[in-house]
Amino acid sequence: MSRITKRFADLKAAKRAGLVTYFMAGDPDIETSYQILKGLPGAGADVIELGMPFTDPMADGPSIQLAGQRALKVGTTLDQIFAMVRRFRSEAGDNDTPIILMGYYNLVYQRGTEKFCKDAAAAGVDGFILVDLPPEEADELKPYATAAGIDTVLLTAPTTDDVRLPAVLKYSAGFVYFVSVLGITGMASATEDSVRTHVERIRRHTKLPIAVGFGIKTPEQATAVARHADASVVGTAIVDRVKAGLDANGKATPSLVPNVLAYIKTLADGVRSVRKD
Amino acid sequence: MAQAPNSFRSGPDDRGHFGIFGGRYVAETLMPLILELEKAYNEAKVDPAFVGELKSLATHYAGRPSPLYHAARLTKKLGGAKIYLKREELNHTGSHKINNVLGQVLLAKRMGKTRVIAETGAGQHGVATATACALFDLPCVVFMGATDVDRQAPNVARMNMLGAEVRPVKAGAATLKDAMNEAMRDWVATCETTFYCIGTVAGPHPYPEMVRDFQCVIGEETRAQMMEAEGRLPDTLVACIGGGSNAMGLFHPFLDDPTVRIIGVEAAGKGVETGLHAASLTGGRPGVLHGNRTYLLQDKEGQITEAHSISAGLDYPGIGPEHSWLKEKGRVEYVSATDDEALAAFQVLCKLEGIIPALESSHALAYVEKLAPTLPKDNLLVVNLSGRGDKDVPQVAAMLGIKA
Repeated sequence: MSRITKRFADLKAAKRAGLVTYFMAGDPDIETSYQILKGLPGAGADVIELGMPFTDPMADGPSIQLAGQRALKVGTTLDQIFAMVRRFRSEAGDNDTPIILMGYYNLVYQRGTEKFCKDAAAAGVDGFILVDLPPEEADELKPYATAAGIDTVLLTAPTTDDVRLPAVLKYSAGFVYFVSVLGITGMASATEDSVRTHVERIRRHTKLPIAVGFGIKTPEQATAVARHADASVVGTAIVDRVKAGLDANGKATPSLVPNVLAYIKTLADGVRSVRKD
Repeated sequence: MAQAPNSFRSGPDDRGHFGIFGGRYVAETLMPLILELEKAYNEAKVDPAFVGELKSLATHYAGRPSPLYHAARLTKKLGGAKIYLKREELNHTGSHKINNVLGQVLLAKRMGKTRVIAETGAGQHGVATATACALFDLPCVVFMGATDVDRQAPNVARMNMLGAEVRPVKAGAATLKDAMNEAMRDWVATCETTFYCIGTVAGPHPYPEMVRDFQCVIGEETRAQMMEAEGRLPDTLVACIGGGSNAMGLFHPFLDDPTVRIIGVEAAGKGVETGLHAASLTGGRPGVLHGNRTYLLQDKEGQITEAHSISAGLDYPGIGPEHSWLKEKGRVEYVSATDDEALAAFQVLCKLEGIIPALESSHALAYVEKLAPTLPKDNLLVVNLSGRGDKDVPQVAAMLGIKA
């Protein structure tokens, strides 16, 4: 059983929804993002999405675009990101919290798809979310990911209708990520009604847990989504907290990590207040 | 080299792939819309009503066919191949871009879309899209890199006059790549009502195929016109390549004629060896960006690097996927011309033929200046004069110190 599957099984047993947190690896530097990573489970993150910075993040809004630019400016590489995950598993000793790499396919392709999967698995990565790899092109990744024991989490969108949904689910493992709005990260928010309707629709097609993301910016929104989904995903709002912790030269201030983690705790408290029976 | 296929004109396959190139690397949100577009296009292209309306617009609105003009003075100066110019710059809006835009905007109407967006580099595609949207009464937003807004000011004014909204994009180097990122971000939020009119033979399937089909009128006319003028096919075709739509439009109808030598000219900027260039096929390697796999300028990790070219329309780190395939199959030769060479060729055409070419097309002319003298006088060479240089007048005048 993968760490992702186990984590969702544990959440179900504990009768609560989960909090999935996204932040950008290397923003504003590798050491600071390692400190965030290390503190996330304690702050209440159940699943961690680690952004891989890319020059052309076509599905991301301004906040995550800028976070990627900050990470690239300090020269963040995949090797550093893998090393960060390895350190989290060994030095921080966390062998339970799932880590998912999220980003764009070209970085995977350039490393060599098979090698990327092996290297990621060896580092302690559990899943991939590749924004620009829909089911139509997923065959070039899926066999290698499966062989390496990595879950491929595909996105489903409001435009993914009942006819198309089985194709997406065929390539999905670990959980299903429902993109709750049309658009890029960090912009519009879906209504609770819309989230409920879509989650119910997706549940008719799959037994996989369903996480909902895009546009979830406050503990209240995360809590509302948790009433219907198996997990709430928060990204841009966290990345904005990282940015708020930078000094005039773009360097991390001492309050950055504690403030980010304190914010995560408010999200986690909200999500955990929902009882799933 | 791999064994040649039976035809070089049969791609893409039903998944939008040209060999390993092409495909549909887009967010799931867009996938259903792209499938819908593919279906709508496949229906439209065999519908006599659609084909007839497009043909009528091409003739009466855009001014087709464009002339195939024997450039006698340029031929004499270069002292080799007999040079013909395919005069796409005489089309309405001043470039080949209108061929594609009329097709896509007609399709947008047919699909019931109520808003059109486009990306633009030099502004030629933006102007063409703004024009078609004025004609069809559709709101139009054009994304354009802030750098390009500055260096192609005449086209920005034209788009505004035509009623389009030009949105300057400040990300990255603020050029065509960044404009395309921003257009895709808009589209993912508005895809239910908005048609994305892509300006070149790139992007997710079906765009590379669809844009190619709309541009093939260039090569089809050239074939007929050359038969009329000389009684035989041309020997050599030359066109500049950014994304590669004018080149694909000229080349594609000739791909299965083995006697026709075909050459695409990329922008070498300050020189391919300097790293400051836009020659994706010469200096890049296959990668995935903007919905397709193709040759890209990128670093070791796969981060996309900035392109550099004097010409805003060629200033792009990728190229249409079918060009990548044709390169690997060896059917088309891909070479490059520098900023300086293009600027020199620009002036030669002005003075010898009384035609001000676009800086984009000047790259093709620059290579012709090298190639033509090495060819016999009976070699029939066609160069695609893809756009006129009016938009470049302020920029070139400033570079050459010519008083305005």
